[in-house]
Amino acid sequence: MAAASRIYLDYNAAAPLRPEARRAMTEAVALTGNPSSAHREGARVRGALERARGQVAALIGARPADIVFTSGATEANNLALAGVVERGSGLVTTAIEHASVLEPAAALERSGVHVVRLPVERDGTLVDGELERACAARPRLVSIALANGEVGVLHDVAAVASTAHATGALVHTDAAQAAGRLRIDVAALGVDLLSLSSHKLGGPAGVGALWIRPGLDVRPLLTGGPQERGRRAGTENVAGIVGFGAAAAAAADDLEAAAKRMRRGRDLLWSLLRESIPDVERNGASWERTLPNTLNVTFLGVPGQSLLVLLDLGGVAASLGSACAAGSVEPSHVLRAMGADEERARAGLRLSLGRDTTDDDVRRAAAVIVAAVRQIQRERAAS
Amino acid sequence: MRRERIVVAMSGGVDSAVAAARCAAAGYDVIGVSLRLGRDGTGSCCSLDDFHDAAAVADHLGIPHYVFDYRELFASTVVDPFVAEYLAGRTPNPCVRCNQHVKFDHLWRQAKELGASRLATGHYARVALHPGSGRPMLRAARDAAKDQSYFLFMLGGDALARTLFPVGDATKQEVRLEAARLGLPVAEKPESMEVCFVPAGDTAAFVERLAPPEALRPGSVIDEDGTVVGSHRGVHRFTIGQRRGLGLGGGRARYVRALDAATGTVHVSGAASLGAAGFVVDEVHWAHGRPPDSGADLRVRLRHRHAPVPCRVVGWDGRRAEVAFEVPTPVAPGQAAVFYEGEYVHGGGWIVGERP
Repeated sequence: MAAASRIYLDYNAAAPLRPEARRAMTEAVALTGNPSSAHREGARVRGALERARGQVAALIGARPADIVFTSGATEANNLALAGVVERGSGLVTTAIEHASVLEPAAALERSGVHVVRLPVERDGTLVDGELERACAARPRLVSIALANGEVGVLHDVAAVASTAHATGALVHTDAAQAAGRLRIDVAALGVDLLSLSSHKLGGPAGVGALWIRPGLDVRPLLTGGPQERGRRAGTENVAGIVGFGAAAAAAADDLEAAAKRMRRGRDLLWSLLRESIPDVERNGASWERTLPNTLNVTFLGVPGQSLLVLLDLGGVAASLGSACAAGSVEPSHVLRAMGADEERARAGLRLSLGRDTTDDDVRRAAAVIVAAVRQIQRERAAS
Repeated sequence: MRRERIVVAMSGGVDSAVAAARCAAAGYDVIGVSLRLGRDGTGSCCSLDDFHDAAAVADHLGIPHYVFDYRELFASTVVDPFVAEYLAGRTPNPCVRCNQHVKFDHLWRQAKELGASRLATGHYARVALHPGSGRPMLRAARDAAKDQSYFLFMLGGDALARTLFPVGDATKQEVRLEAARLGLPVAEKPESMEVCFVPAGDTAAFVERLAPPEALRPGSVIDEDGTVVGSHRGVHRFTIGQRRGLGLGGGRARYVRALDAATGTVHVSGAASLGAAGFVVDEVHWAHGRPPDSGADLRVRLRHRHAPVPCRVVGWDGRRAEVAFEVPTPVAPGQAAVFYEGEYVHGGGWIVGERP
């Protein structure tokens, strides 16, 4: 199948580079100089870097000075957790966070931090009362994603923040999947730390940011230079950051319109799948509590691995659970936490749309998915 | 016209790489698949490097490549029985089990789900029509030194008819040259000879790590006269015919003659009384549904890389066969016995023990 005819429905893994980001990066890579240098070349690079900082800050209603650029949301999450949680204190998170929160949490736990992983309901939302109970032990930090990348469930982080703050806890939210898809305002959320990813919103991979509330001290992970106000040493990845900034600015510009398009495409995809395949179930919460671009479905009795291969061969790029380093499919810890058995946790197909996904893409993708599901069902019925 | 789809099992090595290349050149719609079998870091095969090598080859050939997670299946059908067999004083053959339960069963079924009508592997073996019966039969590889037909005896006629062994008619050297000519990034890759999931080839340590502690029992080493000549740390550390590592000191050469897991006894003997007159073999699969006629020049291979020895089938009840050797030969319960007539594989099964 020709590359041009492929349908990309894996925006939650990585969005295609926006043209605005590509243009900005092309200019930035041509710049000479270190942004920390005291000459004109350095100043030009510094200017590009600080413009990008302003663009990223604007996406979340923040001050540029409070943005720390990192190598991605993974580093931002690591920095948020390791930077404020002390040995002997407590950390509250959820069972459905990204590995870049869960694994640092497990490492902190091994070093003597009391870690609570909040359970979720079958739809992925927090269990009522569990956060309050966990906060009664006066943890140092509560870390809950704004939007889950696998099933798209949204958490009411503003409510989480007010509960957590009432007991003196700090609040971090991983907004990697929400940014560019939902309007975000750090003041309205009331959080203390917020992680962002560039490539989820159309910037290059390898760049992210941690927003840190003014006045909050965060211990750096990387030391050895004054960059990022001493909070992240190392010469900045200027071209990447400039691309991130351009993508953030472009995303902020058409956010509501893009969200509306994605929601319409997503709803169309779901109705087409449901029309043709009786044994399909959606994983996740009500649409009001779901990212506008994300649809996670299970076709009962259809193993996810075979389905994913047939989609790929049919020209549709999607994903399944969380891919491991080898590219094989692990059972999704998110679906497991939502009560799925291991077989179902391997079968959840994630279809994530983007601002460029057209209704025609959706119809063609639905046809490929339906044909693949039927082929597998036929084969399994025969053997 | 839609091309016939084939799944090629790609280990990351040179043989399956060339197998995939030959399938692609033959015009098949090729899907490369690597299997994740071992737990991370427990073996030399199926490592990330191997997957990356397979993916690099697939990319070079312009074919899709996927990694399937078969760890649980592999553990339950290959690794767990491997450990249990050693603890029972038997010598298992995990490669046959893997072919039987993993590659030619589960992978084949998944291949069908993917719309494939054939499965190919990088095994050195051939499928050929038997000159007498005209049926598809397993045939030894052209490169006798690399022949792997021993590991594939369980494939029935239907399985053989849909299976391709694209390198079975090539020598290893030809395969490497072809890989180099095609620019495949694994042309020079060394091959692994040991059981893929056992780290550093240390079977005893592997079994001891996975076995329930109460199953690991020390016992005595007893010679032909019933004299206790030594002690040992568990029957799983021995195989029939083993000479080294018995811890008996100097003197005449002694070999493991039998293992009794129930009493934890290792029986040893001199070379003269090591051989058995014949053996019983279970779960026998015959290519023609029954043992070959008595006039056939039948030979049986009792271990991979060992030369087949002349034999006769003297009993057959539809499941078990009794086999007599022309010359007494040691047999290891648990190993596969594979019957050849010349290059053709007439069948095989699992060795139960000596003929009573």
